Amino acid sequence: MVHKIKITPYLLTMLLLVAWLSLWVGSVHVSVLSGLADFASGVVSNQAIIIGEIRLPRTLIALFVGAALGLSGAALQGLLRNPLVEPSLVGASQGAALGAASVFYFGLFSIAGTLAITVAGLIGALVALLLMLALSGTGRPSLVILAGLAISTIAGAALAVVLNFAPNPYAMQELVFWLLGSVSNRGLDSLYVLAPALLVGGMIILSQRRLLAALGLGEQIAASMGLAVNRGSRLVVLGTAILVGASVSVAGNIGFVGLLVPHLLRPFTKYRPDQLLIPSALAGAILVCAADILVRLLPYGQELKLGVLTSLLGAPLFIWLVVKESKRWL
Amino acid sequence: MALISTHALTVDTRLKDVSMSLQRGDVLGLIGPNGAGKSTLLKTLAGLEKYSGEIKLEENLIESYSSSERSRIIGLQPQLVNSTWPISVEEVVALGRTPWHDRDEAAIQQAITLAGITEFTERTIDHLSGGERARVWLARVLAGQPQALLVDEPVANLDIHYQLSVMNVLKEYAANNNGVIVALHDLSLAARYCNKLCLLKNGECVAQGTAAEVLTESLLNSVYEVDVDVDLNRQPPVVLPK
Repeated sequence: MVHKIKITPYLLTMLLLVAWLSLWVGSVHVSVLSGLADFASGVVSNQAIIIGEIRLPRTLIALFVGAALGLSGAALQGLLRNPLVEPSLVGASQGAALGAASVFYFGLFSIAGTLAITVAGLIGALVALLLMLALSGTGRPSLVILAGLAISTIAGAALAVVLNFAPNPYAMQELVFWLLGSVSNRGLDSLYVLAPALLVGGMIILSQRRLLAALGLGEQIAASMGLAVNRGSRLVVLGTAILVGASVSVAGNIGFVGLLVPHLLRPFTKYRPDQLLIPSALAGAILVCAADILVRLLPYGQELKLGVLTSLLGAPLFIWLVVKESKRWL
Repeated sequence: MALISTHALTVDTRLKDVSMSLQRGDVLGLIGPNGAGKSTLLKTLAGLEKYSGEIKLEENLIESYSSSERSRIIGLQPQLVNSTWPISVEEVVALGRTPWHDRDEAAIQQAITLAGITEFTERTIDHLSGGERARVWLARVLAGQPQALLVDEPVANLDIHYQLSVMNVLKEYAANNNGVIVALHDLSLAARYCNKLCLLKNGECVAQGTAAEVLTESLLNSVYEVDVDVDLNRQPPVVLPK
């Protein structure tokens, strides 16, 4: 038998530890359990406010965003059969950024209140996704990459136009900071977007896990085994875009998580793309939450943005992966 | 009753009016030059190509089966296969259970035994030689326990030892009340292992029947445009270009 390591229980344990740590770490020391208890029972106390209204949303958003990025990265790498693919490739990130920029400059969706940026980002991501799906046709790997690149480029150009005509210089700064990626000051209502997106996108992707496994042997074999390759591929792209769109619209760009997490976990899941999905979601959640704890532990002053930290940590790992990959072909 | 039969099967310009049938117990060899339509015919039977004409599974039209029912009856091993991920041999074979939505260990082990790959099930696919891989791909499709096994060029690039071992697996599988259609370039192997042959040229079936009926010097000369030496009385039979 192949050496089997069941990695999911370890990841779940780590997830709980990191979540607890995330509730515990901060400028003020409060008891996590009694803070949670006070918050849950509606008692108004300092610890209830600190835990329930500041740290709990931040922790949950970090976990959800990380899970969305990890899962979408694993799904997309499986679908496109390429370990160096990033979830932002489907064009949803740039679409979300464009949607958010329109809020910063034109004050759209003011009805949505604090959720305006998220809602606009989500709409931007979905529009980008629909264009991309229309363009990519069958969901063939080369077409998905080309269509994603095309949509990203168009959305990026439109974003540049918006920035160019920015009426308010502060809005520009705000947008740039938002794009750098962070989970602080997001509010519990962001979860109204993230949670359904994670559920729906996750279900769509998990429903296609047999396709992801079979595609490893090529489209012809997958189709000959009775799988709807074109339809399933489009569903995976759809699920990915929902996950990426929701997480970018809540937290901005958190780079490298979707690229690295599946790659690091692959040896523990017997390289099977279908068995990689859940562990990647868990590990993505752990990684983003842990990175956010690190951000909070850094010295006070201008806070280092979470997306900047993941890129700083992720880029060297990515270079290492590229070097390792290039050696395989020497 | 034929396990698979086609009538006037046409696939754009690649197949024209092909009518053939596969009985249980048959090893049907598809032969013909490159581009004759051998792979297209196999892919069409496995549901991968749009076609006009008729394909029947026993007495029913193939359209009356869902794609998942069809994939449980017809198994296809395409010509060019590769695994993106370095998964273990056992996992590759287990993927063959996809049409059944299960992981039937008995079927997987049976396929592994039949393909003769028991000694390296724990190795990963990227660490195998071409000959070993060819038998793993075969075990993958056997794990689905198809009644009709379609195999495209299973012995291309294999040494003579593996050529015989793969062809013997196919023969043994057909003998078990299944049908096998195999596309081959090696006409001597076709004469030796196939009880029926179908000779294709430019998408048309120019001859079908036993080796003695199809592998004649004049027919092969007109199809391949080279002179061919045929000696079917030798054991094993020999068909070689002059």
